[in-house]
Amino acid sequence: MLRLGFPTRNYAAASPLRRLPFRVRTGGADPFQKRTFRLFGPKVDILAVYLVTGAICHSFVCLREFEYVIVENEYNKNHKLLFFLPGLLHQDESSSNIDHILSYKSNSNQILDDVAGSVPTNLSKSRPLYCMHYSMHPFLGSMEITQILLNAQAVDGTVRKHAEESLKQFQEQNLPAFLLSLSNELANNEKPVDSRKLAGLILKNALDAKEQLRKAELVQRWLSLDVSVKSQIKSCLLQTISSPVPDARSTASQVIAKIAGIELPQKQWTELIASLLSNIHQLQPHVKQATLETLGYICEEVSPQVVDQDQVNKILTAVVQGMNASEGNTDVRVAATRALYNALGFAQANFSNDMERDYIMRVVCEATLSPDEKIRQAAFECLVAISSTYYDKLASYMQDIFNITAKAVREDEEPVALQAIEFWSSICDEEIDILDEYGGDFTADSDVPCYYFIKQALPALVPMLLETLLKQEEDQDQDEGAWNLAMAGGTCLGLVARTVGDDIVPLVMPFIQENITKPDWRQREAATYAFGSILEGPSPDKLIPVVNVALNFMLTALMKDPNNHVKDTTAWTLGRIFEFLHGSTLETSVITNENCQQILTVLLQSMKDVPNVAEKACGALYFLAQGYEDSSGSPLSPFFQEIIQSLLNVTHRDDAGESRLRTAAYESLNEVVRTSTDETAPIVTQLLPVIMMELHKTLEAQKLSSDEREKQNELQGLLCGCLQVIIQKLGASETTKYGFMQYADQIMELFLRVFACRNATVHEEAMLAIGALAYAVGGNFIKYMQGFYPYLEMGLQNFQEYQVCAITVGVVGDLCRALEDKILPICDGIMTQLLKNLSSNQLHRSVKPPIFSCLGDIALAIGENFEKYLIYAMPMLQSAAELSSHAVATDDEMLEYANQLRNGILEAYSGILQGFKNCPKTQLLMPYAPHILQFLDTLYNEKDMDDAVMKTAVGVLGDLADTLGSHASTWMNQSVASKEFLEECLSSDDPSIKESAEWAKMAISRAVSV
Amino acid sequence: MPPPEVRRSIKRSAVSDQQRRRELALLRQTQQRSDSQNRARRLASSVFTLSSSSSSDLILPDKDILTRAADSEEHEAHLDESVAPARELNVVQASKLKGREARQWFARQLMLPEWMIDIPPKLDRDWYVFARPAGNRCFVVSSNGTTISRLRNGSVLHHFPSSLPNGSRTRDSSGPASSYCVLDCIFHEPDQTYYVIDMVCWRDYSLYDCTAEFRFFWLNSKLAESGACNSPSTYHRYRFSVVPIYDCNQAGLHAAYSTSMPYTKDGVLFFNKHAHYQTGNTPLALVWKDNYCSQYFLDTDSQGLVPTQQQVVLEMQEDGKLTTSDDPPVVFGSLEVDFIQKSEFRAGNLLRFAIKDESVRVVDGKLELGDLQFISKSNRARAFADSYSKVFFQYAARHSPLKIEDIAASILPNLPDDSPIVDVEMGS
Repeated sequence: MLRLGFPTRNYAAASPLRRLPFRVRTGGADPFQKRTFRLFGPKVDILAVYLVTGAICHSFVCLREFEYVIVENEYNKNHKLLFFLPGLLHQDESSSNIDHILSYKSNSNQILDDVAGSVPTNLSKSRPLYCMHYSMHPFLGSMEITQILLNAQAVDGTVRKHAEESLKQFQEQNLPAFLLSLSNELANNEKPVDSRKLAGLILKNALDAKEQLRKAELVQRWLSLDVSVKSQIKSCLLQTISSPVPDARSTASQVIAKIAGIELPQKQWTELIASLLSNIHQLQPHVKQATLETLGYICEEVSPQVVDQDQVNKILTAVVQGMNASEGNTDVRVAATRALYNALGFAQANFSNDMERDYIMRVVCEATLSPDEKIRQAAFECLVAISSTYYDKLASYMQDIFNITAKAVREDEEPVALQAIEFWSSICDEEIDILDEYGGDFTADSDVPCYYFIKQALPALVPMLLETLLKQEEDQDQDEGAWNLAMAGGTCLGLVARTVGDDIVPLVMPFIQENITKPDWRQREAATYAFGSILEGPSPDKLIPVVNVALNFMLTALMKDPNNHVKDTTAWTLGRIFEFLHGSTLETSVITNENCQQILTVLLQSMKDVPNVAEKACGALYFLAQGYEDSSGSPLSPFFQEIIQSLLNVTHRDDAGESRLRTAAYESLNEVVRTSTDETAPIVTQLLPVIMMELHKTLEAQKLSSDEREKQNELQGLLCGCLQVIIQKLGASETTKYGFMQYADQIMELFLRVFACRNATVHEEAMLAIGALAYAVGGNFIKYMQGFYPYLEMGLQNFQEYQVCAITVGVVGDLCRALEDKILPICDGIMTQLLKNLSSNQLHRSVKPPIFSCLGDIALAIGENFEKYLIYAMPMLQSAAELSSHAVATDDEMLEYANQLRNGILEAYSGILQGFKNCPKTQLLMPYAPHILQFLDTLYNEKDMDDAVMKTAVGVLGDLADTLGSHASTWMNQSVASKEFLEECLSSDDPSIKESAEWAKMAISRAVSV
Repeated sequence: MPPPEVRRSIKRSAVSDQQRRRELALLRQTQQRSDSQNRARRLASSVFTLSSSSSSDLILPDKDILTRAADSEEHEAHLDESVAPARELNVVQASKLKGREARQWFARQLMLPEWMIDIPPKLDRDWYVFARPAGNRCFVVSSNGTTISRLRNGSVLHHFPSSLPNGSRTRDSSGPASSYCVLDCIFHEPDQTYYVIDMVCWRDYSLYDCTAEFRFFWLNSKLAESGACNSPSTYHRYRFSVVPIYDCNQAGLHAAYSTSMPYTKDGVLFFNKHAHYQTGNTPLALVWKDNYCSQYFLDTDSQGLVPTQQQVVLEMQEDGKLTTSDDPPVVFGSLEVDFIQKSEFRAGNLLRFAIKDESVRVVDGKLELGDLQFISKSNRARAFADSYSKVFFQYAARHSPLKIEDIAASILPNLPDDSPIVDVEMGS
């Protein structure tokens, strides 16, 4: 069955069976022996056993090699469906059992429809299908759950492992009983707090998962539980929030919210919020606190549309009252403030009402002045959330908010002050987005107008932020994840510069001039940091004169300043100068042929400095090289050899592992290679064997500790990445290609050895490099296929590290284009794996669209030889097309995914159609054409495809006509896509859509006129 | 303390080079997929078929076929037939041909209108009409940064830079370097302009199998876009121009026939809207002339004078039969064996004859020439014999020409769309 990772809604159809997503398991054991059933134990409820015809194999993707298929109901492991494939009918030893099964004949076609959803309609009705119903009572165990839960937290590994195993078994054998005992455990005030907490945690994990698909499965599983079981669990949970034990209350709150997140959208558990609100009036503060916390979590879990306004009003009233200074209990106030943070998204209507908004804002602002630090921090977090959710409602509060935040930034504890700075960063984000949408056209009627809060606050805001820059920590540059007042302040200053542009320059310059030469390193660093922060945003005209003056000073500071922090920030600032004020897109660059050499000398020298400074110098070199990306004669060319040697030296430093120095050096090396010109091509060619040697050395290293191995892997990844860049560079031009071809054999040999190391990043990099190599080598790549194929297959099977799988799929495309029909011998293997991948729910969904595109690549490469895959690929494409065209785009992300999928499917159709063009077998595609057209029609009617899909879709329209000729014309006439959609594309502003549309129009005109 | 999730320190770079490598690789793959897709889409749709009568010493770009043929001498006799399907060249391959091969190949690429000897039905509905510019028909191919025009007999007229796609070596030409286009033109000497009367390929997309309706639509929307209609410049030696094309109703016919055009007229062309571009003679494109719209109503001889007797050019076949250039050829007579031997004519020679008016008969609407009088071998530059329709038209022109009034009469006067057929509501 095809699995694309859409929300399970797609399964929701009339039949109860169809609502169950099934996991397909396959095997070769003799399933007709009675013991086979026992394989799943007496606890298994086998709903039905189907004997299936060969035809159904389509839906299970190339399962011919297997003898039986077990389809599990993933929400209830006790429900399984067994499918037997017909080949077995002829096996003597099992014939007696077959008789047994044959006797349970039923309306099997109906069931098959229910089960598969994607069963091809051409399934032969004449073939008998048999089914039997085999039911068992679920096993109800009575275990001492408390002890197991405690053991599961034991220090002793064996005890712990055993307990975990028991829990897992219990869960698999009888989920309802398992969940029920956990909730009883959690609710029981007699039980130890540790077993209660773990019980709650397991409950929570049984309801939610990070991974989207897993999450959807858990939701379905919960919904399919017996109602009485669910209501028992829920009443246990509600009871727990009144418990005197804080941990038990808090855990229960979270579980309640998870259940609410599942049930409220289904219009179930509608009484929940009312019953919680009734708790608010209880006098016991701990109940009140837990209730507010629960309400907060619920708001975090469910979307605002799910709760009606009346209930929202009641929740907000309870929450805001709880925040009010009149509430005496601090814990209640903290819980209420945090709850408000989550409830803000529900308050659309309330924020549109002046009186209600004033009230909420007043309470929040007052809370920022509370004597309790936790309340102040939570209140500022609310302000940050308000700044992005209700930006357009803030105008009348900005003066007050400025005063509050300024006070907090200057006087409060760091966590509170950081939130106060974050408020301004968040306002910048909003205004940058709005101004971006304006696109410089200020008459545009954007949804949200820009209030220019930052511009207005500028004179006071900038000095406040500049003050924070002086509050550095001693070791901040050595620590990757460091975050403090100075860093937050500089980051905010950078955002302010992007928001207001030129206006910031005169406000910051005096600070820089005053501090940059001071004896205290903090002042020099802060001045440099301020300078670096404002380099993005203001116009080059405004900045270039300043930078021209400062450049020499910076270069000197990088060489001579005694303080590492100052040098670190100076090198970073130089990088920012090169990033924003140098490059072919600018009219005047701050870099001239004259100062380029001086800059280079300083950077190369600085690369020998302490690791954090050297890392920033490498970064600066990266942007210096990038600026020459599109220029024909780079002034770096005369120093090319020296640059490369210096970077290689950096990678060999003993301390290159610190401050990600080695990575930075390789990144710069890559960029230097990417931007190199023809004149330096011989040096790049010479670099190739050097990097190959480095990689070779890493492969020779033996007996490494796990720590050393990890470092080794990282290095191999970097080297493969570097080789990839070199290959792509040299392979792109005919003149340089020749020089590098002599190394192709050795490079390939190295890559194959790299695959022997088990490390995802290394595999990914090596795969990418091989793709580039295949493209450069072309048809001759065939000689490496025998050695490479096992790793290709391995990559396609790597579901765990799905990035590797995705890259490998892309490499299959490269191979198709390089080898063309020479790829045929390995196509069976690749196609089987690709189709399996499409059916897998283990594989990350982002890999599925490229797999479809890859089917198109294969078809285009092997042409009519694709015939034998049609019966597998086409049904897959059809069901995917259906799922993707009716995808419920709940959010932008889902819509984007649906569009990627559509694009992939269409590229597959395109490749298949073009592959069959001009061959006698074209008529094989005829049966699929109406569906493809229907898909295009649906896409057109849904009106939510993006430009890329539009281009591919209109191209497919042309491909249909081009390949099927006059046969397509009848269908064409009935399709809106071929008329309105085509017209729309023909008048598109996007030249690539227009071009595709013109091609389609021509192809159609040829087809209908034959 | 780590920064909040949404906030990244300004000092930490936002994009990793690994991510960049991934994106660049994806970009490269997407680009290459789209390239192969486009290559496939352009493939085979622009294949021209060489006529089977072409000579076997043709230089084929496909070396395999040559080697295979050379391997076995005895197969040579069957070579023509056996490799015929492989003898499909597209215009890019053909443009690499040289000399005689090139001339032979290109001589067969033009669509040749028949002469109008009777009026096709539904002229107003199914046909276009336009005034034919006076001048030489030519086949214009732009590719590889140059443009070459070839006359009807395949010989080169001009070799020049143009603004057609890939028609000159300018850097900013849009589209891939391999792109090409093919136009059917008439070169009009007085204003040194190529008047485009049909579009055969445009930016690699073949229009052979498209209807005239579509081809003209495309021609009108694309040609100007390319800049080919601009005045001559360094990279654009000759101006190209479209001709006004009309629906063949009363107004259209009148416009084509009597309105003055920026060019000298040489007759009127009729194109069937639904016809594809078909090489060689076709009855779906027709040419018609009279003295008003053409200086060349009656054929002239080498001195430019109208001979007293009608002359025809016919091709001599192996068996001495004299035929027209039609497919299948129409036989108008034959030469006697001893005459052939004496004059050393060979099959395929084009011979000029005079015909005696009184010997000509029209039987069942078919023209029969009685007494053919040999005059001379035809001019070497000629590639084809006359077509049947031409002979017939010229005969008719001398006796009872098809007049513009006849054509106009066959077209119903057009009713305006809002013709005053008004429903009268009763009892109002």
